[in-house]
Amino acid sequence: MIVAIAIVAALLVVGIVALVIARRRRARSLAPASDQPPLPQVLVTEVVERPTLDEAPSLGTRIGATRGVFERIRSMSATGALGVDELAIVEEVLLRSDVGVATTASILDGLRRDGAGDGVAPTLRRALRACLVDERSVRDRAEPGRVAVWLFVGVNGVGKTTTIGKLAHREIAAGRSVVLAAGDTFRAAAAEQLGQWAERSGAELVRVGEGADPGAVIHDAIGRAAARGADLVLADTAGRRSNSTNLLEELAKVRRVADRGPGQVVETFMVLDATTGQNALSQAREFLAAAAVSGIVLTKLDGTARGGIVVAIERELGIPVKFVGVGEGVADLIPFDPDEFVDSLIRA
Amino acid sequence: MFDTLADRFERLSASLRSRGRLSDADLDGALADVRSALLEADVELTVVRAFLDALRVRLAGQALNQSLTPGQQVIKAVHEQLIEVLGGSALKVTYASRPPTVIVLAGLQGAGKTTAAAKLALWFKQQGRQPYLVAADLQRPAAVQQLRVLGSQAGVDVFSDASTPVDVARRGVAEAARIGRDVVIIDTAGRLTVDRELMDEVRAISDATSPHYTFLVIDAATGQDAVVTARSFHDTLALSGIVVSKLDYDARGGAVLSARGVVGCPVVFASTGEKLGDFDLFHPDRMASRILGMGDALSLIEQAERTMDADVVAASAGRLMDGSFTLDDFLAQLNQVRKMGSLGGLMRLMPGVTKEMRSAASNVDDRELNKIEAIIRSMTARERREPAIIDGSRRSRIARGSGTTVNAVNQLLKQFGEMRKMMRQMGGANPTMPPQMGKFAALAARRGADSLPAGFEALGAGMRAAPAPKGKKKKGGRVTPPKQR
Repeated sequence: MIVAIAIVAALLVVGIVALVIARRRRARSLAPASDQPPLPQVLVTEVVERPTLDEAPSLGTRIGATRGVFERIRSMSATGALGVDELAIVEEVLLRSDVGVATTASILDGLRRDGAGDGVAPTLRRALRACLVDERSVRDRAEPGRVAVWLFVGVNGVGKTTTIGKLAHREIAAGRSVVLAAGDTFRAAAAEQLGQWAERSGAELVRVGEGADPGAVIHDAIGRAAARGADLVLADTAGRRSNSTNLLEELAKVRRVADRGPGQVVETFMVLDATTGQNALSQAREFLAAAAVSGIVLTKLDGTARGGIVVAIERELGIPVKFVGVGEGVADLIPFDPDEFVDSLIRA
Repeated sequence: MFDTLADRFERLSASLRSRGRLSDADLDGALADVRSALLEADVELTVVRAFLDALRVRLAGQALNQSLTPGQQVIKAVHEQLIEVLGGSALKVTYASRPPTVIVLAGLQGAGKTTAAAKLALWFKQQGRQPYLVAADLQRPAAVQQLRVLGSQAGVDVFSDASTPVDVARRGVAEAARIGRDVVIIDTAGRLTVDRELMDEVRAISDATSPHYTFLVIDAATGQDAVVTARSFHDTLALSGIVVSKLDYDARGGAVLSARGVVGCPVVFASTGEKLGDFDLFHPDRMASRILGMGDALSLIEQAERTMDADVVAASAGRLMDGSFTLDDFLAQLNQVRKMGSLGGLMRLMPGVTKEMRSAASNVDDRELNKIEAIIRSMTARERREPAIIDGSRRSRIARGSGTTVNAVNQLLKQFGEMRKMMRQMGGANPTMPPQMGKFAALAARRGADSLPAGFEALGAGMRAAPAPKGKKKKGGRVTPPKQR
């Protein structure tokens, strides 16, 4: 192992230094030539009039036409072996739902091998259903004497804070007492946002100033919850890219802090925006490694995006979707129903 | 994880060369690979088809260039086609003759509008303008507060009041005119495209303020839905440009191509990090490399220059070249590299690195680097300067001191020796470094890097296959030009 690392590290060191040097040399060699006056920073011109609504570009109209594939798949009457055209339509449906190239290819292989049996739509539905995991119960009880903690992780802008607000509302409506931990100490005003949700839902909020240690906030919240005998702590974290080791390490630390003493992390939810494409898979992989993600909350499913990437995530990583967000209202976060979801993937 | 397109084309047989041109069958195979690569990068299916049609025209009947393998030639064509599509008609930011110039930002929830608004304001400020921010997002709790905080970080005033979004926008523009600000940036509420009410709201804001520019903010990680989004906004607002956010993530960013393809308006700005300054004009050539998974040498260099300590690098780079490189230097540089991020992430940006190398690097646990550091730190100052004096008993002492094994110490010393020898051979050679890195890698592979041989052999070839990083940086300050709308 250490050899591989030494090589990779050495290669990077040498490579980066070489690139920087190469660029400096080039910059130096170019320097004398650039005696032209620099371009003016700003060109002030009369502004053209405000754009009017254009005719839809030709490519766009073609997209309207392709929407029909979702209808055609339902009306396809083929049973048994499928032809090239039919397979192409199935492929298009899956790709357009963001299911991804690898999962799509594997489903198509199955269809090619086994045929459509009792029809294309039911067979496809079964194939998609088979990619999804079976166990998706939500754990909400800690062992006796400890406080259950739900930790929320994800990249920026997927709706973590909103998800927490809605889940707090849901749990309080179910008669449980909830403490919210404003662990997103990075984004400006994230704690205010969570505070507004706390007010709306009647949860208690624990927060400190911006830039504070997120682990400390969550630790305080758990302490408060334990002292008051609350049932559940919902812990927010700052959105972070999934390709930064430092940020992932910080997250791992936050999870460790939340999972000791009176706190017990019973669920770690990765919040995922349904409009996300293939990158969602690498997000899930990284967050799984850093924070032992136990479930996914798929938000913004009420838009036009179909969220098919979770099929690939469940198939490859076995992380179940547990909740879906289907609207902006406080009650619009509901448990995930796999059959309904699969149906929605191939619905027009 | 993904095959990069470059890897796939390595497999296109060199025997094609003798035929002089690509046959239809070759072309079909190549285009199928391009199709998968684009889909994996989240380019929308219809846009992929249009792209492939254009690519076929570009490649069909084209005589093979003798200095490139057929695979390289296809990649080159794809790369050029991508740049053409992405950068075809850029936008020139001009300013209203009667200030203020009004800019409306629209986009889906969570795309990064509020952050982009503050970054854009800072960018205009750096251009010598007096920007003004208007917080017309009254939908999301605390959005106004977020813009206030970001605005104060950027040193830009923020206008807000508690009325309706349209009133806020209108008054904000009037206020900007009154106090003599020349650029007004209006942040609007995030919305889902299906939501008629909010779409009407942003249209009303637009009608009330007559913006000179309307930018759509789009998340680089968006999937197939990017076109639906872009199209809905374009139909409602007549977009004048696209701002792509979250380009610092490892997403390929095919969404940019989708949005560009479907609404036909240029990508103007790219947001590349969490800090307010991480925002610049959009570079089509970099995006093209990124979509293809070919690495992004320029971004790597810029990241290096941003985070690395120039003195440390310069001093040790000099010694690296003349062969007097010590283990201290190695450690110093290693720490510089670690500051930039994970090895796996950096590897992804490095051009010409093969899939095997990339996956090897992404499997590397960065904490293992601590062991290397521990080994070096367990050496005396003299040992670090002259590794040759490290004999058996010193080795076992170092292994004990660092909590590793003698074997690990041996391997580190051996690797270091190879690296030093290699660099000495390269000497103060010419500036076209990257190909020589391939030699370095090949040498390392031959001499005992038993765990990674395949990757390294290919690395040598890969380095040469990748197009040389474009050295010229665009002159900052203006976006170049479509003639007129």
